Amino acid sequence: MIDIPVGEFFEFLINWLTNNLGGFFDVITVTVKTFLTGIENLLLFPHPAIMILLLATLAWYVSGKGVGIFTILGLVLVEGMNMWDGTMETLALIITAVFIALLIGVPLGIWASKSKTVENVIRPILDFMQTMPAFVYLIPAVLFFGLGEVPGIIATLIFAMPPAVRLTNLGIRQVPEEIREAALAFGSDSKQMLFKVELPVAMPTILAGVNQTIMLALSMVVIAALIGAGGLGQPVVEGLQRLDIGLGFEGGLAIVILAVFLDRVTQSLGTSTN
Amino acid sequence: MAAITVKNLFKIFGKNPEKALPLIEQGKSKDEILDETGNTVGINDASFEVKEKEMFVIMGLSGSGKSTVLRCLNRLIEPTEGTILIGDEDITKMDKDRLLDLRRKQMSMVFQNFGLFPHRTVADNVEYGLEISGMEKEKRKEKAYEALEIVGLKGYEEQKPDELSGGMQQRVGLARALANDPEILLMDEAFSALDPLIRADMQDELLELQAEVHKTVVFITHDLDEALKIGDRIAIMKDGYVVQVGTPEEILTNPANDYVKAFVQNVDRTKVITAQAIMRKAPTVQIPKDGPSVAIRNMEKVGVSTTYVVDENRHLKGLVSIDDAIELKEKESRDLNEILNRDIEVAGPDTPINALLTKSLQSSYPIAVVDENSKLLGIVDRATILAELNENGSAETESDNEKFKLSNS
Repeated sequence: MIDIPVGEFFEFLINWLTNNLGGFFDVITVTVKTFLTGIENLLLFPHPAIMILLLATLAWYVSGKGVGIFTILGLVLVEGMNMWDGTMETLALIITAVFIALLIGVPLGIWASKSKTVENVIRPILDFMQTMPAFVYLIPAVLFFGLGEVPGIIATLIFAMPPAVRLTNLGIRQVPEEIREAALAFGSDSKQMLFKVELPVAMPTILAGVNQTIMLALSMVVIAALIGAGGLGQPVVEGLQRLDIGLGFEGGLAIVILAVFLDRVTQSLGTSTN
Repeated sequence: MAAITVKNLFKIFGKNPEKALPLIEQGKSKDEILDETGNTVGINDASFEVKEKEMFVIMGLSGSGKSTVLRCLNRLIEPTEGTILIGDEDITKMDKDRLLDLRRKQMSMVFQNFGLFPHRTVADNVEYGLEISGMEKEKRKEKAYEALEIVGLKGYEEQKPDELSGGMQQRVGLARALANDPEILLMDEAFSALDPLIRADMQDELLELQAEVHKTVVFITHDLDEALKIGDRIAIMKDGYVVQVGTPEEILTNPANDYVKAFVQNVDRTKVITAQAIMRKAPTVQIPKDGPSVAIRNMEKVGVSTTYVVDENRHLKGLVSIDDAIELKEKESRDLNEILNRDIEVAGPDTPINALLTKSLQSSYPIAVVDENSKLLGIVDRATILAELNENGSAETESDNEKFKLSNS
């Protein structure tokens, strides 16, 4: 049988990147780390009671009474399980990862919507990013960025970015031809077309992509904890290693509460702009 | 000067349109060209002129190229060949900036499914054209509110388009097109998505609006009745060709070929043929200049028993009969006012033939056709109306007539 050295190739590639682009990766590490720490400090600065009220008010305002009450009860439970710090760390990690994912993903989606060629090139890459088992990202992430939160964020954003790209592309392509023609007929240039017509009309679809990105990011929390990303993944991983059922469940439950909160709030953002 | 001049316009869709052009010159059909080159001929050598401030309707079935022609006029679709003059400027040679400027200031467009921006309020939709050409917020808002008032949507300014009915949404579309006060309005099947009653209303309102704003309008429709109702002139298209250009009357009375004839046969002509088209010259006498002797002589000369009385400005005063005139002459009076009969039916020049028929049944005299200043334009007698109706009678009524005949036995 023939022997194709795919493994060797990737190994060579990763080693080459580590050796030659080390400085570049260091810059990324420092930037991401600074951003993450800032958000973490911001979330942990107020007393949990105040933070719970703030988040509940936001949920109430955006998604209604039910979600508001759920947020209060859920976060009080989180605090009661001594998971508050872990939850805020995870939230900060997700905010950072999703922010970067959108920063890259939305413009890529716009570009793909404007060019069939770009779309054709990007699509298999997105398939690759989404279907490659997430554990596989951990190895190069650690090699490039060391242990800790930063490789966790990088692995998370690679896994979570595809829906942002896909749904931005889809949303813009789905803008009705007549609306596009109307914008043109009244003399829009391409910038006005994008910012005044295409993006606003596509916004509900784009926000559905943002929602999915957030959910995928949350699903990476436990995996990222394996390389020391901390947060709510930590108690779950520890619970697994020590067969501590109680600890595992507490961590898992906190993740669920955070997930429901983020999902409902971002979903309402999507439908309210429709 | 014509507002829009289209000369030898071609549009060929698909790759390598230059391959298809020579085939067109050889006179090959749309289907043959599609088979040979894979290109679709959208517009085939279209030429026509749109006069300033006229309602020009382009009519054709789907696939006739009518919407493509319209989109060439503002280059939403790039013509393959030919010239399109807006005033005296060739739009096909305009650079990007000039084209944007033209679209912002000189032309606007109304769409079949309204093409409103769902994320903007009604007023913000109407403002759009002004906004992108850089007008400041206060001023453009004012203009938007004015335009909305013109189309009868005062009070709906801050609603979202999807909260309005179809007819109202299209008024928003119309207001948006009027807001930047363009010279030319392009309307692409603007009323086709509306249900029939609303549609008829909108047609009437468009005509009223046009009487106020006097724009050059190019209106696309697949509906001949609509075309005849609103068009000053109509171009009929088929398979990318312009088959005939003419006034509604010309199209109806003198269809250029069988295709147009087939179209026209289904039209209810009683709604289209107007008093103006069938009236003839009225025998008249002028007061106070003329007396009974002139009246009698005039009537005898043309062999009629009544004549119409007008003043020195040809304003209609009434009618006199030959018997009364003779009596008056015997009394040695000169004043025709004494025997003036004012009990006659009058109609405007645009009165359709079916309305004329009703009027003619109420009067024993011909109907006088007058303009808004009661100036006499002509007369229509019952025989003419009946003859016209009969001539246009569809095959159906003819066969109906055959059913009713005298018994042979």
